Amino acid sequence: MTLTSTMIDGAQVVTVNAERIDAAMAIQFKEDMRSQTDNGPERVILDLSEVKFIDSSGLGAIVAAMKQLGGGRKLDLAGLTPVVDKVFRLTRMDTVFSLYPTLDEATGGMTANT
Amino acid sequence: MEETFAFSFTATELEARTGISSVVDQLRDCGLPEARIGEVQIALAEAVNNVVEHAYADNTPGDVNIRCQLEDEKLSIYIRDAGAPLPKGQLPAGRAQALDGPTEELPEGGFGWFLIRELTSDIKYERSDGQNNLLLSFEIQVRPA
Repeated sequence: MTLTSTMIDGAQVVTVNAERIDAAMAIQFKEDMRSQTDNGPERVILDLSEVKFIDSSGLGAIVAAMKQLGGGRKLDLAGLTPVVDKVFRLTRMDTVFSLYPTLDEATGGMTANT
Repeated sequence: MEETFAFSFTATELEARTGISSVVDQLRDCGLPEARIGEVQIALAEAVNNVVEHAYADNTPGDVNIRCQLEDEKLSIYIRDAGAPLPKGQLPAGRAQALDGPTEELPEGGFGWFLIRELTSDIKYERSDGQNNLLLSFEIQVRPA
């Protein structure tokens, strides 16, 4: 399993336990996200602080994970390392997701850095 | 300074990951700034993924050859494969994806060539002798030794 879940203040925090979300990992990631978030709270925070690299396959898998949540639920992203942050900003996906520099900031209700 | 190094691997997702990481390790040994290595890795991964997913899509995965040349302030990465040519034999435009539609219509792919074009200073593509030859160029500031 590449993912582990905890609850913080009513939100589900899903931590990615992998250094890369790349083409070799994308399908497994998407399936694991489906089983982790099959039902649960409205807000899901994806903790990416261990992820050092993402490619467009991984980016697509995160978009797919958000779609799987369905209407009324929200996927926020926390702990983006420099390369991951770069991919989200270049593709303008930073306008689709709320990005938080750290998990603390995501759960503390501070203003999203978008 | 001039450094050259090369790697070959079979065009599978897992071997591609190892090959990309090998290039990154070498660039780190050459003293490239970490932020720049990250950008090179993004473009390189997209180019190699295209070979794995498209060039060899209909055949048994063949070889991918990567040769890197770091000279003065320029990094040249040559990627060669014997798979299918690019559509129409030319480099895709790589336009940015529209993100203004509803969530269920957000794109889950099609970012690759856009990222490659954003992160390189030049790209060249040539089809010859049944092989694809792609050259990615990057301007690099190597920190003083």
